[in-house]
Amino acid sequence: MWEYTDKVKETFLKPKNVGEIPNADAVGEVGSIICGDALKLFLKIDKETGKILDAKFQTFGCASAIASSSALTEMVKGKTLDEALEISNQDIADFLGGLPDQKMHCSVMGREALEAAVANFRGEPLPQKDEGKQVCKCFDVSEEKIRKVAVENHLTTVEEITNFTKAGGGCGECVPQIELILRDLWSLKPPEKPTTPKRLTNLHRIALIQEIIESEIRPGLQADNGDVELIDIEGNKVTLALRGMCTGCMMSDITLKGIQQKLREMVGGDIVVEAYQ
Amino acid sequence: MTTIYLDNNATTPVAPEVLDEMIPFLRDLYGNPSSMHTFGGQLHRKIEEAREKVAALLNAHPEEIIFTSCGTESDNTALMSAVESLPRKKHVITTRVEHPAVLNFCRHLARKGCRVTYVPVNNLGQLDTDFLFRAVDDDTAVASIMHANNETGVLFPIAHIAEKLKERGVLFHTDAVQTAGKLRLDMKSLPADMLSLSGHKLHAPKGIGVLYVRRGTRFSPYVIGGHQEKGRRAGTENVASIIGLGKACELAAQFLQKEASYLKVLCDRLEGALLQACPDARINGDIENRLPNTTNMSFEFIEGEAILLRLNEFGICASSGSACTSGSLEPSHVLRAMGIPYTAVHGSVRFSLSRYNTEQEIDRVIEVMPGIVRELREFSPFGREKLACPPE
Repeated sequence: MWEYTDKVKETFLKPKNVGEIPNADAVGEVGSIICGDALKLFLKIDKETGKILDAKFQTFGCASAIASSSALTEMVKGKTLDEALEISNQDIADFLGGLPDQKMHCSVMGREALEAAVANFRGEPLPQKDEGKQVCKCFDVSEEKIRKVAVENHLTTVEEITNFTKAGGGCGECVPQIELILRDLWSLKPPEKPTTPKRLTNLHRIALIQEIIESEIRPGLQADNGDVELIDIEGNKVTLALRGMCTGCMMSDITLKGIQQKLREMVGGDIVVEAYQ
Repeated sequence: MTTIYLDNNATTPVAPEVLDEMIPFLRDLYGNPSSMHTFGGQLHRKIEEAREKVAALLNAHPEEIIFTSCGTESDNTALMSAVESLPRKKHVITTRVEHPAVLNFCRHLARKGCRVTYVPVNNLGQLDTDFLFRAVDDDTAVASIMHANNETGVLFPIAHIAEKLKERGVLFHTDAVQTAGKLRLDMKSLPADMLSLSGHKLHAPKGIGVLYVRRGTRFSPYVIGGHQEKGRRAGTENVASIIGLGKACELAAQFLQKEASYLKVLCDRLEGALLQACPDARINGDIENRLPNTTNMSFEFIEGEAILLRLNEFGICASSGSACTSGSLEPSHVLRAMGIPYTAVHGSVRFSLSRYNTEQEIDRVIEVMPGIVRELREFSPFGREKLACPPE
């Protein structure tokens, strides 16, 4: 069972603004019955001021689709078209106290219906389907939509893309393609981990070990009234002296092993830690 | 608000008689049946008594009953055993509408190098048996064909299939999780080599299952460890649940005939009334060959999750094959395999009954369901032209 917020449940059970507006000034239609959800948005617009006087919807879909549609109509009423276009899918989700991750596509559908209605009113042609390359055949999702939703919602994984657009949630054939799109989209971001470790000079190596001992190791030991002192570094051999409560502690061997492990991870796999005699 | 539980193909309530029988084994008789001392060792006898009761329900020999942890384990074990004990044969046959316990295990076998044939069904959910028999070749190790489909309740002619496969020398396993306790199963006349059943579908608790393995069938265990179940399924016995399953099987055997006709009356009543009260409703599956307790209906132009959550407001529990309820974005693989139009798949609802359901409960559903359908249709952008026009 989905973890819907009370607001989602309440809105689903008693949605506002259900129905159609006869002679509506704008109609936006998105989704399809095959994909499992569809939304038809009707707007009454004041031609002078561009304000949305009334909004109604008809929705085929699950509880969160109906709740998102109701939320959208409540949010746009009284706003000008430009103001209304500021509403993001996240705003719709927030209005409902949040949506389960896998249901975020319902809020995206709301946002799309609004865009479609405004385009309809302004007489702008809707972006042609073939303009953006179709990526997901199961749910008819274009590359353009994936890029747009990814940027707007800072999505970095295929799973997130599926939650927000459904793309990749059917046969899964397009998953590698979505991965490529995401890699391309976020490629400006610096890679998190350098792929090959740089060769350290002796000087760098010593400085790095000193720094790790100061910032990573000593605070932990000091918290237990212990301490450690760096005595010498010779090649890959690091000589340490345990101090304070660590002196003569039965666990001292384990403490040194732990430090060695840490240094191996952060400096090099060949580090050997020895106790100062 | 009282609960009206119509989701018995998902799980059933534990029968009070079953619970009573189990309690001493949870509270006082906590020994290990493998122990040398009487305190534990005496339980061994109790397990054998339960095994006899399960065997009686299936008209099988107690030695042919292996206790497992669930239906899924039974299914996995059956397939794995067949493939492992016939290492030279690399072909497996199943259906497109199996439970994931079989379907996904077959996909797993395919990744391990097996060739898998998925037998299709027609739009009534009936199996294409000609396709099945044509698929059999010298390389075929096993065919796993369910007895009744969990979503639609449609029955497959497993007696006929078992007969034919026996002639061809192919091992036959059937997942009878939905039929055990609901329909008579007679392993003396049904020539299946292996059969799975699950405790919690017949008023025993969750966490107990059975794999029937015909005497003389080559068998290779799946769970490896101790000597329990004569070395065929390791792991300390789930004593209380085994006792409970024994009792549940005894009750099922006792009620079987009467229960089936009682459930059919209730189910037909529900179905008939809803078909009449809800325009554009349809039944999915072959109503002539179906479990007595299951009806799968579609309400066009509206979505299943929305229907279920509205029913939930009245305490009514059912399930749906819609995408939004499946945990994935794809709707029911069963209804799609049947070629049911997407519009109907998304609006499908399954009601599955048990002996604990009453006429009053069914009447309550008949009372509230049309209103729910009407209201959700008012929300929907689809089917409006149709509703406005008089029927053709």
